[in-house]
Amino acid sequence: MSNGDIWIIGASMTPFGRFPDKDLIDLAAEAALDALRDSAMSIHDMDILTMGNVYEANSHNGQRLQKQIGQTGIPVYNVVNACATGATALRVALLSIKAGESDVGLAVGVEKMGKSGLIGGAAKKRDSKKVYQPNGRYGSVLKTEGILGTGIMPGVFAQAGTEYALAHGVTAEQFAKVAQKNHAHSVLNPLAHYRKEFSLADILGAEVIAFPNTLPMCCPNTDGAAAVVVVSDAKLRTLDPDIRRRAVKISASVMTSDPWIEGGLVQPDVSTLTRQAAATAYEQAGIGPEDLDLVELHDCFATAELIHYDNLGLCEPGGAGDFLDSGAPWRDGSTPVNVSGGLLSKGHPLGATGIANIYEVATHLRGEAGDRQIEGAKVGLTHVIGLASACAVHVLEARSS
Amino acid sequence: MPGRIPVVDYLVLADPPYLQAHTCVGCNALFFDRRNACAHCGAREFTSKALANTGRVRAYTQVHRAAPSVPVPYISVIVDLDGGGVVKANLLDTDLDDITSGLVVRLTTFVAGVDDDGTEAIAFGYVPVKEQQ
Repeated sequence: MSNGDIWIIGASMTPFGRFPDKDLIDLAAEAALDALRDSAMSIHDMDILTMGNVYEANSHNGQRLQKQIGQTGIPVYNVVNACATGATALRVALLSIKAGESDVGLAVGVEKMGKSGLIGGAAKKRDSKKVYQPNGRYGSVLKTEGILGTGIMPGVFAQAGTEYALAHGVTAEQFAKVAQKNHAHSVLNPLAHYRKEFSLADILGAEVIAFPNTLPMCCPNTDGAAAVVVVSDAKLRTLDPDIRRRAVKISASVMTSDPWIEGGLVQPDVSTLTRQAAATAYEQAGIGPEDLDLVELHDCFATAELIHYDNLGLCEPGGAGDFLDSGAPWRDGSTPVNVSGGLLSKGHPLGATGIANIYEVATHLRGEAGDRQIEGAKVGLTHVIGLASACAVHVLEARSS
Repeated sequence: MPGRIPVVDYLVLADPPYLQAHTCVGCNALFFDRRNACAHCGAREFTSKALANTGRVRAYTQVHRAAPSVPVPYISVIVDLDGGGVVKANLLDTDLDDITSGLVVRLTTFVAGVDDDGTEAIAFGYVPVKEQQ
């Protein structure tokens, strides 16, 4: 009975930013309670709770959340899947509904990052006497970051961008235009971490982190939470007309990991798994990229957004630079991308991101996005990718579409 | 007596030095780290293969912000090696503006550190092959 469509009936995100006075569970509770209120349900109506968080993942956060919002004995699944963690939490709730175990689920994603600095670059502890000993699967005698190239996030995504640039002639200025767009978009989003517009000259002239990405071309470390309530088709039919009217259909929900490729030997491949997830999602939803009214994609760095235009089929193959130059991904363009401000400006609390982008698209599809509303939006796509590697793509549709 | 040790075990300090990969006997997929089974075909036997010391730049970045122990700026490159294999390393003695699609490079080595016994850790990097540009 639960093998039909699945619907979002409640969605929420906290403001993104830095909240030293709130702990992880304060943020999670705020988003969860607000999503429940939005769905006119309580925790007592939930059949399953899923919780996505990265940095405190060994702290049974779902159960900690229950102690703040209601311990009802339902199954709790705590998940971690890099930057796709929030989307993974949502997928676990969906799978439970699809399997017929649940009719209603609450999926929560949360992260407290503070100012955690460059991700992936944690230093090793120094022994008292330094004697080189081969260690680990590569037999390394010292930390190779900066000696054998770079493997931390800014460098990985910079290299993914220059690979595309060398093949297709994209310029540093074109990459900077991604950040110009997303920072401009964020001015309209009251929930964004930063809401400051930058000129192209400001962005190109800012501190270089890993060429071609300068500081405003890298996402900030952010605190925040997001939550959604999802229901089976059968359950939706029993709910109030006003809840049904605002329901958003999950037309596709796809998760992929990175298949083996030769280049994956040394550099995470962020493209192949995104391409595979997008292809499956378009097939599941029975739509194509030309049908999308808005897209929230994983712009952890400006270089990442540009290559994902191509990976998600939003532009002609090799044409991501031209697509951007045409204005297409701006909020008044043909395929608005990251009208929330994206990770670059809205912020990227790892565990929350994959639900926050669902919140953003669902809010537009309900016509409730206020100043940043994309008028008449009926179909939207969300994309997240975490290294190394998990990718999730969701297609959402307004109920009336 | 002070000696030399490669920073990673896939660098072989022969004359000349070269990189060595684990090669899957089933599908010839290459791996720098040891694998329990091939990530491509699932076979469980591997042999060793010496990789070419020349290749072409596929991707790059210049890192300006890093952990305090890492000197910046430096250029990191992904290199497609002639005859197979893809490797990541620093590109040495090169300006960012000189990097072009398919830039031909060759392997070189340098001392990356010295331990308290005086043992030198030898790393590898790449330099452009000027005569071929």
